[in-house]
Amino acid sequence: MEVLFEALLDAFGLIIDLDPELRAIVGLTLRVTGIGLVLAMVLGIPIGVGLGLSKRIPAAGCVVPLIYTGMGLPPVVVGLFVYLFLSNQGPLGDFRWLFTPTAMIIAQTIIALPLVIGLTLTAIQSIDPMLPLQVRALGATRGQLAWTMLAEARLGLFAAIVAAFGSIISEVGAVMLVGGNIAGETRVLTTAIVLETRKGNISLALALGLILLGLAFLANLVMYRLQVQGASK
Amino acid sequence: MGQAIYALENVQQNYDGRCVLDIESLSVMQGEVLAIVGPSGAGKSTLLRLLNFLEAPFSGSLTFDGETASAEMDIEQRRRVTMVFQHPVMLKRSLDANLHFGFALRGEKLSEELRAEWLQRLGLMGLRTQAANKLSAGEMQRVALARALIVEPDVLLLDEPTANLDPANVALMEKIVREENEKNHTTIVLVTHNVFQARRLAQRTALLIDGKLIEITDTEQFFEQPETEQTAAFVRGEFIY
Amino acid sequence: MKHPLKLLILALLLLLTACALAQPQVLRLATTTSTDNSGLLEAILPDFEKRYNAQVDVIAVGTGQALSLGEAGDVDIILVHALSREDEFVANQHGTERFDVMYNDFVLVGPEDDPAGVNGMLLAQDALAAIAASEATFASRGDDSGTHTKERGLWKVAGLNADPQGDWYKSLGQGMGDTLRFADETQAYTLTDRGTFLALQDGFSNLVVLVGGGNIAENQDPALLNPYGVIPINPDKGDINLDLAQDFVEWLTSVDTQAAIEEFGVETFGQPLFYPDSQAWNDR
Repeated sequence: MEVLFEALLDAFGLIIDLDPELRAIVGLTLRVTGIGLVLAMVLGIPIGVGLGLSKRIPAAGCVVPLIYTGMGLPPVVVGLFVYLFLSNQGPLGDFRWLFTPTAMIIAQTIIALPLVIGLTLTAIQSIDPMLPLQVRALGATRGQLAWTMLAEARLGLFAAIVAAFGSIISEVGAVMLVGGNIAGETRVLTTAIVLETRKGNISLALALGLILLGLAFLANLVMYRLQVQGASK
Repeated sequence: MGQAIYALENVQQNYDGRCVLDIESLSVMQGEVLAIVGPSGAGKSTLLRLLNFLEAPFSGSLTFDGETASAEMDIEQRRRVTMVFQHPVMLKRSLDANLHFGFALRGEKLSEELRAEWLQRLGLMGLRTQAANKLSAGEMQRVALARALIVEPDVLLLDEPTANLDPANVALMEKIVREENEKNHTTIVLVTHNVFQARRLAQRTALLIDGKLIEITDTEQFFEQPETEQTAAFVRGEFIY
Repeated sequence: MKHPLKLLILALLLLLTACALAQPQVLRLATTTSTDNSGLLEAILPDFEKRYNAQVDVIAVGTGQALSLGEAGDVDIILVHALSREDEFVANQHGTERFDVMYNDFVLVGPEDDPAGVNGMLLAQDALAAIAASEATFASRGDDSGTHTKERGLWKVAGLNADPQGDWYKSLGQGMGDTLRFADETQAYTLTDRGTFLALQDGFSNLVVLVGGGNIAENQDPALLNPYGVIPINPDKGDINLDLAQDFVEWLTSVDTQAAIEEFGVETFGQPLFYPDSQAWNDR
């Protein structure tokens, strides 16, 4: 109990102090997670809509099971692959991206992508199959049809975004592996928590954990508000 | 009667190698109400999908207002035709937004007067902010009809629009269809298996069986002096397969 | 006892009791990753487990966390390498007493082309000063481990801030293996215990020993010595198996076990990874 109480005090202390190190960690966490999420959406939503609208899924139905497998892919395996690609000996080694935020963003995007595609696909498939024909019968172009389907699937899309956000902001294995947890450069909240726990600074680790929880809650609150607004529109 | 807006010559449609529609010749006249009757599976809905350019015929020629219909057809031409289906699907938005949808697609704005006029005609004034997908079946079908007509199409296609409705809703739907045809000279192609509805609304009626056009003539004659024995049997309500 | 269910329950109870009796005692040992990753514990612990009918649960963490696990009374005994902090730990009554166990040494490793020109320097402090002066990349464990503690001490001896500031100084907060991997990828210098480096060096393409020589006899800097101590946790913290912890100390410092420690790694690496240093061994 004492440890928990201390952690709460520490957390408030850190937030009130606007500790510059903490600010850098939180800033990087939001940057990496945010960019990763946006990239995953930009790539994943069109693919999910395309798969959801196409009558015959390409490659004899192998694609969808593959995506569902990807949704359960251990992040650390993704991290390992990204590491191997970006390492000196790897094919992309010349970019010198290993141990930079870019490497972390790449890993996060890959982790979030199957989630976004899979949940978008499910959301599109849950729409009444008669709707696309009726929308086209009212004079929609292919693009307008896709956009309308997206709008119809917005609840499912929000679920996709929330799930992807949750999975990458709480991810630790991959970002540790490809980011290197460098103080002031690639240290994010999750890797800082691991580090402080290892150092034996349990209450500081807990305080960071509380801040992470708070951030996740705030982000979900904003998305929920948007969703409620979208639903009543 | 005016000139033909649709002309079909030797149109065939196949699904998985099975011929479901085989029409030697059919013209739909500008401004008429044409009813297409026939048993289920006769190819009526397939014909409507062709007329709405939702699919292209397997063979033969289909022209719309002198232009050959195809998948690459100009979107402005396609937008001159709208359709109402037997089971309307509402967008998960308000009733208002559903009414506005056709305008939104065309990049136009629905005027407040027009909106009010249609809500009035549909008897839906109090429901305008309701979620459209929570309406009753009759209300949804009225919204679907308004959604298709409010953009003032040249052709309205109706696919069994009143099959699931109670008499009061049927009467209201028919009234609006008749008004649009008389006031705006909207061409209407009505698919129904309800011969009474065909008789109430259509100037001409056609019988479709097994994808083939059996007879097409003035509604009066269709019901009183049918040329073929099949038509006579269908009008009498006898089973013909 | 006619009821079959009663019979079954009785049989189960008997079975459970039998299991509990045969169940070995558990010793919870918090130690640093270096002793575990090198394979030393795996090699010597079975002997202890057999002799004392005990099971040793090894929790391999950084020295900082090992000390805090001990402080919280979550383990029975700790085996770590940060002498000053160990003495403080005992002085604060968290542990009963510290016993010398063994030692090895630290070495400074870095890229073969050695941009700071530290190769051949005898003292780590001079090498660190040269690295800082040339702002060559240095990877620090940064995790409060024994190695990190040693590194901070060396910076201070070199006349610098114990936590140098600057883009060239990368504080990773990761284990020794990860830090070496990082140094290998980014052409950085780092301080490592020799054992871990020897065990992992096949995986590195760039790293070589620059200060500390090819084995402990060649290491000219006494500051690079790395002594390991074992400390039973103070039983006042409750639920501490002090008897077994003391048995463990006695066994670990015995001449037989010490000989096994000296032997470990010789076959694979051509030199021991750890050198025995217990009272009993030195008195023999």
